[in-house]
Formats: sequence, structure tokens, C-alpha cells
Amino acid sequence: VLKESKRAVNSILVDDDDEDEEDVERVSWSGEPVGSISWSVKETASSIRSGSEQSFPKIDTTPSLSKQGSGYSLSSLFKGNLHDLSPEETVRRMQKGRAFSLEKFRSLQDKLLLLDEAVAVYDGNVITAVLIFLKKSLSKEILFRELMARDVALRHYVHYLKEMGEQKLLVELLKALGRTEDMALMHYKEHLNIKDESRRRDFLKSCLSLPFSQDDATHVQDHYTLLERQIIIEASDKKAVAEIFKKFPRKASILNMPIITTLYYSCFYHYGESEGTFSSPSNIRKTFRISEKQYILTALGARAKLKSWFDVDSLFNTKNWLGYTKKRSPIGFHRVVDILHKNSAPVQVLQEYVNLIDNPDLKLGGALKYKCHDIVINTYRDLKDRQQLIVYREKLERDSPEYRKIQELLNNVQIRWKN
Amino acid sequence: MAHTEWRDAPELPDFSLLKRLARDQLIFLLEQLPGKKDLFIDADLMSPLDRIANVTILKQHEVDKLYKVELKPIVSSSDQLCFLIRPRIQTVKWISDLVNADKVAGRFRRYKIIFTPQKFYACETVLEEQGVYGDVTTDEWNFYILPLDDDILSLELPEFFRDNFLEGDQRWVTTAGSALHLLQSVYGSFSKVYGIGRCAKMVYESWRELMEEGEQRTRQPEFAKVFLVDRDVDFVTPLCSQVVYEGLVDDLFRIKCGSVEFGPDVTSSDKSIKVMLNSQDKVFSEIRNEHFSNVFGFLSQKAKNLQTAYDKRRGMDIQQMKAFVSDELKGLKQEHRLLSLHIGASESMMKKKTKQDFQELLKTEHSLLEGFEIRECITYIEEHINRQVSMIDSLRLLCLLSITENGLLSKDYRSLKAQYLQSYGIKHLLTFANLRQLGLLEEQQAGETLTVMESKVGKLVNDKTVGKLTDAFSSLAKKSNFRALSKRLALVPKSGEEYDLRVPRDMAYVFSGAYIPLSCKLIEQVLERDGWTGLEEVTRMLNGQEFAVTGAPNPRNKTDAQRIVLVMFLGGCTFSEISALRFLGKERDTYYVKQIEYMVNIKLSI
Repeated sequence: VLKESKRAVNSILVDDDDEDEEDVERVSWSGEPVGSISWSVKETASSIRSGSEQSFPKIDTTPSLSKQGSGYSLSSLFKGNLHDLSPEETVRRMQKGRAFSLEKFRSLQDKLLLLDEAVAVYDGNVITAVLIFLKKSLSKEILFRELMARDVALRHYVHYLKEMGEQKLLVELLKALGRTEDMALMHYKEHLNIKDESRRRDFLKSCLSLPFSQDDATHVQDHYTLLERQIIIEASDKKAVAEIFKKFPRKASILNMPIITTLYYSCFYHYGESEGTFSSPSNIRKTFRISEKQYILTALGARAKLKSWFDVDSLFNTKNWLGYTKKRSPIGFHRVVDILHKNSAPVQVLQEYVNLIDNPDLKLGGALKYKCHDIVINTYRDLKDRQQLIVYREKLERDSPEYRKIQELLNNVQIRWKN
Repeated sequence: MAHTEWRDAPELPDFSLLKRLARDQLIFLLEQLPGKKDLFIDADLMSPLDRIANVTILKQHEVDKLYKVELKPIVSSSDQLCFLIRPRIQTVKWISDLVNADKVAGRFRRYKIIFTPQKFYACETVLEEQGVYGDVTTDEWNFYILPLDDDILSLELPEFFRDNFLEGDQRWVTTAGSALHLLQSVYGSFSKVYGIGRCAKMVYESWRELMEEGEQRTRQPEFAKVFLVDRDVDFVTPLCSQVVYEGLVDDLFRIKCGSVEFGPDVTSSDKSIKVMLNSQDKVFSEIRNEHFSNVFGFLSQKAKNLQTAYDKRRGMDIQQMKAFVSDELKGLKQEHRLLSLHIGASESMMKKKTKQDFQELLKTEHSLLEGFEIRECITYIEEHINRQVSMIDSLRLLCLLSITENGLLSKDYRSLKAQYLQSYGIKHLLTFANLRQLGLLEEQQAGETLTVMESKVGKLVNDKTVGKLTDAFSSLAKKSNFRALSKRLALVPKSGEEYDLRVPRDMAYVFSGAYIPLSCKLIEQVLERDGWTGLEEVTRMLNGQEFAVTGAPNPRNKTDAQRIVLVMFLGGCTFSEISALRFLGKERDTYYVKQIEYMVNIKLSI
């Protein structure tokens, strides 16, 4: 019965709009013509009494706010006028996509009640609709102030402005809220829409004064410096005639590439240039505070690609106080071997670096993988592992030097094999 | 999932009915614009549309030419233009521009926008502001749910996650509520609803309101229990590399709307092939939930069997041959085709995934989940970034590190972020801001700052808003508590124990025995207890927001339906979770139907 009464009340609330006509019957269960005064009053009374006795319970009541009394619904029943609906009823109608009117919500209090009601029913679509209405009918200072204490509505508003592309208003809003970092990021994001590199560079320059966090300020400064340098490098390399550019023509422009890609490019095309030039690896390394590890990794990749094994060697050479050179690396030598192998380094080169691997398991693994026979054989010899040597011998070509080496070892009576 | 696998498996309802309903409504809407018309379709609606209708049906209802919405000027000579789009402001702006351009050119046409699954006031406002409201009529196509498989339903709303969790826009809450309402009105009522998460609560409320307003009808038979879960309750699972077959296919080739495009390296020809991946594919349905280490052996056995079946032809007489060709050959050929595709796919999988790199990646993930050798993990992540390999993998690892460790130490955060920006581009500082907002990648805060701020702000505003602010702050201060949760729920099995992936003993098999998906574990526990009792500590660590509610009891009806559980992941779910739930279903003799917003494969770039 409650359901029926509710439906009946709904049916009478419908105004003359024809889009409102749903499949609601026009006659009530008691047979009284719907819409007659006596009938509707009776209904209103019962609908007010009707608490919600439902099969599934409500679970969250925190956001429910003090609602206006039931006066609204009564008067609206008689007038059947959209303008007299309570915030609650208006929001219901908006949710269902029925005709509604927001004109009567003129006092700030009414506007906010409407907003809070929309938030209370969790309907993002309606929240945004109400915000659009508030945007048009309130000064932004007042709207901003009210949104400050309403997080859910605020986030909807920010998202709406983002989607509408109302950048200026958004920046003002964030400023008013004291969210200066967000504002700076929002502004910085605009650079993605600028295609022309000089304009982009200038835009990034204009970002430098924005109130970023300390960290981000450094990054944005780097971004500007990077693009500025890339533009210079690009302009000169586009018409470069040096041998390396002919031998390995550039596949793409260096503009807008990450710092590390730029470093790689510079190690590839501008290796050995003095630190004074913008395009030199050492300048880039210093300007962008690139760690030794990162530098070695990148330079190694570039020089190995060019098969400049000499350059690769000198990357790792360090002299000790006696003047002897020794190889040291901030990255594991097994990683170095991987990179060399990917660039098809010859076995002699690989062998030297496999030998430098600290971890004996990794070393043996690398030697097996890259067929550095000497290392494998010596490792098994040191392990006194006769069985493994025999197994390995079978993998080798008969009468190859390695094969003979194993043969000699196996015949050596002085070795005390463990198996 | 073949029904015959369990003697006693409950029948799943026929979800194809949903397709028919959607199709009928679309046809009805198209008929509202009689006469020949050109139809413009949003790019990401094409595949879903393909699943329920085809060109012939559209042509039958006087659709002349079909175009993809590209937000560029159009070439159409038709006098009627119909747009089938998602309610996005950008698209509506583009349409408004078209209409205005026609007006300037003195061209008269009729325009209709069909929004799906619903229209938004913000979109209509654009029409109004651009002065074309009235020139353009609008409609709604309530295409809420697309059945992707026997046991997977999807809302196909890729923006759900971003809108809801990053932007805090609740525009899809009612959509999800309506989807539940639709299911209930077609298939019967829900006997019980469990849930956890802020969005889950709102969806429940929105659905309940719809139900209350609904027409009174005779009590329908019960259909299923429902479990609603917010994606941000468990961010860990989608951050882990997937190792079950279907998950890997998704990670490597990207499954979209139930189908995948295999490139030339898989098809071993010069063209790509689009394949539907569902239970209709007999080969796929047997391997989709398997750990990939088992798949290869299975496929080669299958190939042998196929060969034997083909070999039967030898020595057949004409009559037998005729029977063979008409009865078996077609099936065999079909199986042959599928088999070679999946073999191709798993070959390229093995190629990529047995590499040292992938092994190291998995090892790092497992260490992070276990909370073991964190320093080494950080070094690995650093090198991963330095080598500029997969940008997304680097980000996944960083997020996993942050979530499992409750945020990164300040110095680590700064250094890793700086290196990331150097390797992949400085613009990604926007990505970092987004991830911080989501709580996916954070810098550890000094303990008290938040509470101090809270009490300060608290004094400035009145009581009513204090509660809301506290909410906002507590979500700001949201800690993942992963270690404690993992211990409490035994998500990470003791290391050192053998785990036979061929005979999985629990849901951990979907991650090589290293981790039971948190989301699935919660579902298992709650259903076992028929509520949250005994899980108080767990829910506290998950920031509360849990609920369990019962509808009016319906004692007559204790049937199969009691064993169907509809799990709705708000914000998307992964194939690994689907596999885990299938496993759970098999064990508990329950059917899990997964309803999702979208298959995620975490992608959170700017």
C-alpha cells in the first residue's frame, strides 16, 4: 500500500510537461480519480507518515542534512508547480531526468541546500548540474568560499572546469583555495598542447616562476633547459655533415626526448667533444646532475652500439696510485656483459668482461651463455670438477684448441679431482 | 569453464538476454529518426556495439554510412546525422561545432545524439551554451552491461577509475546502481549484498533508491548474492605481473572487449588476426586459468591428439571418409586453427617472459610482497629505470614498493622520481602528482603533521563540516597497511615451501604461489562468514566502509541461486583475479559472476 501511495503521489506531482508522462496509471487503487483534492490530501498525509520500511536497509546516513519541513510537498501538491518544489524533490526529479526548475533557489541558503542535497544522494551528474547553476548565479568569490568547506562538490567543480577547458577560472579557484602547487602543475600541464618547440620553450620559461614544490621547481627548470639545448643541438645537427651522421643517419629529431635519450644521442654523435659545448656528453651530464652509474650505463650503450670497444674499455679504466689501470664499474659487470652481448660484441671483448664478474655463479653462467670456453674450463678446473669438464668437452668441436685443453687437463695426473 | 566439470554446478542465467534488450532499445531509438541517416560512433563504443548488433541490423533501420567519431571535420552528404556517443563534453563540443558550421553554410540537417549509457546535464549545457539546443535532439541508450563471457559482465567504462578515484567525480555511481537494478529486474532479486569501499556504499545506496521507487511486483525468485568492492581497497593485485595465461595475453597483447589482436609474430604470417577470447574457444577455455608454465606442455599434448585424429583418415574407405569429412573435419580444422594461434601466442610469451629480465622482475615483485630485501629491490628498480626499459613496468614497481612499504622514505622518493623523470621525460611529474593523489605512490610523511593540520582547520569551521573534513583528511592519510593485512589474512605463503603449480592448492597459484590476491581473499572470507564478523581488524586497516545487508528473507527459495555470487569490482579488475575467483568457485561449488567497470591493466599516466 505504501508503494502504491508513493506512486500515486508521484503521479500527481507530474506537471503538464509531456516528457514527464511515464507509464503511471491515472487511477488510484481506491478508484478515486487521481488529482482530486480529497484524494491527494489523503495521500499526502499517508506519504508523510510513511517512514521507509524497505526490504534492503539504508546503510549510511552521515551526509543527511536537516531538511525543510514537509510544507513544500503539501503546497506543491495543490499548485503542481515546479517552482515550489523542495530541494529534495527537485533533486529527485533531476535524478530521474524529469523537468525541473532551479529559478526559485535564489537565496544563498537555498542554493546550498540544493547542493548539499545533490551531494547527499551521491549523484555526480546532479551535483555537477547544480554547480553549473551556482556558477551562473553566484559570484565566483562566494562560490569558491562555499566550496572550500564542501570537498565532494569541490572535486566535481574542479573536474567540470577541467573538462570544459576553463583554465583561467580553474587557476583562480586553486589560488583561492591556497592549493598553489596544484595550480602550478595545472598551468605547467598546458605545455603538452603546444606543438611548436620555440613557443613551448617560451611557455616553459614562463612556468619557472610558478609556486612549485622545491623538487618540482628543479625539474621544471631542467625541462626548460633541456628543450632550450635540444633546439640548439637540433638546429646544428639537422645540417651536420660529419662522417658519423652519414654513416648512421638520424632516425628522428632529438626534440622533446627525455634527458637520458639526449645523453645517449650525445654519446653517439658528439662523443669526445669538450665540456664547453652544449652537445657534449660531459656538459649534459653536469647540467642535469646525472649519476655516474646512469652515465656509464648510457655511454656504454651508445659506444657499444657503434662497436667502439676502445671507448667501452676506457669507460671502466681507472688508474691506481701506482699508475696501473684497473677496471671498475658502478654497475655489475654481468649487466655490462649483457649490454655488450646485445650489441654483438666479439667473444674476446665479452670474455674480458665475463672475467670481471664478481659472483662466481653469475660468472660461470655468463661464460656458458656466451661461450667463453677458457673461462668455463678454468672455472671447472678450479672447482676440480672432472665430470663437468667431460660434459663440456662433448659440446665442443673435436680437435679445437678448447677441446685439446680439456683433454690435457683430464690427462693431468697432478690434479686431485673431486669426482 | 565447462559446466560439466562439477556434478552439481548451479546453472548460470542466460546473460545474452541483456544483449537482446540493448539491441532492441537501440533499434527503437534509431527508429525515432526515420529516414536515411549517417551514424557516427565513438571509437570505444565500436567493439561493444559489435557484440550486440551488426551492420545489417543498422542498415535495416536506415543507417546509411557509418563513421568513427574522430573530432575532426566530417564529410557526409546525409540530411540526417545521428551520433552514438559516451556522454563526454569534448565530443558534444565537437558536435556543436559541426551544427554551427552547417548553420553558417546555410545547410539544413537533422541531428540526434544518442548518449550511452546515459546523458549528463553537463553535456546538455554545452549544447545550450553553443546555441544548438533544440537543433539537436538527444536520447539515452541504457546499454549498461555487456556480457563478455558466460561469467563476465562489463560496464565497458574505461574512465570509471580515473573519474571516480582520481578526480573524485561520482558521475558513474548511479550508472553502476542502474546496472545492478537492471540485473535484478531481469534475473531476480539479490538475497544479500556485501561490500567494502566508499564507492561501493554509494552504489549500494543508489541501487536501493532505484529499487524502492520501482514498481511493486511479485517477489521474484532469488538470483544471487552480490559483493561490491572498490578498486582502491586492493591496489596491490593489479600492480603485480600476471602469470596465468589469459592475464599474460592481456599484459602482452591487450585484450579489449573480449577480443585480442595477435600480430604477425604470433600468426606466423604477414597479417594480424583478431580473435575472440571466451569459453566458446575450446582450446582457450582449457588454458585461460592455467599458470603459463603449464600451458606449453598442454598445448603440445593437444597438438599430438589432433594429429592422431587427422591420421584416422588413413585407411578409410569412401563411406567412412565421407562421414569423417562431414562430422569431424570441420571441428578438427577449427581446433587446428585455434591451437596454432595459441601455440604462436605462448611461443612469443615464452620468448619474452623466460628472459632473465622477466625472472628478475618477478623475483623483485615477490620480495616486495614478502617484505624481504627491500634495499635490493630498490636497487633493481633504479636500474630498471636507468636502462629506460618499459616505462609502465618501472611505474608498477615503484607503486608496489610504495604500497607495500606504506610510502617511500623521503630520500628514496626524491631520488627515484628524479631518475624516472630523466629516463622517461620530465612531463611525468604530472603522473607522479596523480599517483600521489590516488595514494599509489607516496612519500612517507612525518607522523603528526596531519593531525595537527586537522585540529587547526577543525577550529575554523563549524561542526557540520568537521566530519567531512575529517573524512577528507583520513583519506589523505590513508595507509595501505599491506604488511599487517598480508599477515592477518595470510596472503603470502611461507617461502621455501614447494608450490606445485600443476595442482594449485589455493588462489596464490595465479601469482606463482607467491601471493593470494587481497580482493579475492576478502571475498572468500566474507562469504565464508556470511558477513564481516571476525574481520574487524582487517576492515579497520582497510579504512572501514564495509557493509553487509540482507533483503527480506525468502525461505521457499533455497536453490542454486544461493550459490551464485556477483562480484562487482568498482574501478576494474584483472584477469588474475578472475582466474582466482574461478578457482574459488570450483572449490566452494559456487559460481562467481564478475561484473567489472573495465579490465584494468593499470595505466595511470597523465
